[in-house]
Amino acid sequence: MMTVLTFDCRFAYPTGFALDFAFNVDAGVTGLVGPSGCGKTTVLNLISGLLRPDSGRIALGDQDLFDAKKRTDRRPEERQIGYVFQDFLLFPHLSVEDNLRYGQQRQKDCRIEFQRVVAALELGDVLRRMPASLSGGQKQRVALGRALMRSPQLLLLDEPLNALDRELRASVIEDLAKIVDELEIPAIVVSHDQASIAALEAHVVAMSQTGSPGS
Amino acid sequence: MLTAPEWQAVRLTLVVAVAAVAVSLPIAIGVGWLLAKREFPGKFLVETLVNLPLVLPPVVTGYLLLVVFGRNGVLGGFLEKWLGLRFVFDWKGAALAAAVVAFPLLVRPIRQSFAAIDERLIQAARTLGAGPFDAFASVTLPLARPGILGGALLGFARSMGEFGATIMIAGNIPGATRTISLLVYSQLETPGGMRTSLRLVWVSIAIASLALLAGEVLERRGRRRLTGAIG
Repeated sequence: MMTVLTFDCRFAYPTGFALDFAFNVDAGVTGLVGPSGCGKTTVLNLISGLLRPDSGRIALGDQDLFDAKKRTDRRPEERQIGYVFQDFLLFPHLSVEDNLRYGQQRQKDCRIEFQRVVAALELGDVLRRMPASLSGGQKQRVALGRALMRSPQLLLLDEPLNALDRELRASVIEDLAKIVDELEIPAIVVSHDQASIAALEAHVVAMSQTGSPGS
Repeated sequence: MLTAPEWQAVRLTLVVAVAAVAVSLPIAIGVGWLLAKREFPGKFLVETLVNLPLVLPPVVTGYLLLVVFGRNGVLGGFLEKWLGLRFVFDWKGAALAAAVVAFPLLVRPIRQSFAAIDERLIQAARTLGAGPFDAFASVTLPLARPGILGGALLGFARSMGEFGATIMIAGNIPGATRTISLLVYSQLETPGGMRTSLRLVWVSIAIASLALLAGEVLERRGRRRLTGAIG
């Protein structure tokens, strides 16, 4: 199976704790699990370029996103990565439609059709609404749709089910599995909920407290 | 009804206040963002400098402006020679004085607006393909709009009433630099001035109230939009 992402980095927090972690991501869904505070979100931030590793290498396919030896460090906007944040981070001043189109408008070639995402995530009825008027599940779907409209080569999801009740969790898992499968976008899902990861039939990468791979 | 000199003063005051806000607003946005979002050596000094006109006697501010922008001033001579910009005994001097005195009132709400913006929204914009300037223009600025509008209107209202610094640099020339405040002052110097100046006092109150009211309406509309009204 082709490796989508190669991650081998060291990152020291200002507090002194250091994350030293390596893993590969193949096609499909990869679940990144581990105890709270072990650095799962940090890994996503390093992959997306929001944090800069102290050393190591991150490669997406054959493209280096970061390589300390080659002094390569692509800016977040240059990395073709869709990021669904834990608390959605929808732009409050933009309608649902404008949120969805934000990433699409900033790239030359969008291979994902707007209507396809809207239909898949059942967002047709809320396109004109502002994010503050949406339910937690709707916000989650908009955040997912916004990341997908970026035409990402890799999708990052940080605790995508955290803010949702049990019923919504099942529906989001279903949406997520369908979208990732339909659009053939590999995804890394961070979660402390093993059952959700299992439901996504994800390949599991476990992080230990020190930030090294557990299994 | 207002007399011709009074109309002239009202028009000039509006021109001066609009020019003062137009010139100082972009600078206030830059300074407000810098103070809200960045830590740098000498930040305390910049903060002091920005707020200084708020506590300095306006006449002292006017004196300092005269030293810097006077015909023989540090910048005044250069600006007049190379750009044809004259501030002394000119309406542009009145606008400059109003801009400087109102500047802290512009910066304060703008800074607060920037400080209230969740930095992670900017990060989200970056992951969606926006560069730093694009993210600033498409996320930061629109979210800071209530503070920017509030600051602009507060600055406008303050500029309308500027007196001390204006008389120092622009003088009190009828038709050229005599704003509402200066005309009211001049009218009070003449017999029956209390009665004649009353008209301008009402005009001043009306314009300033309208500015503040407009600010309130715009801010509420912006807040309603952010809190979920169907747009």
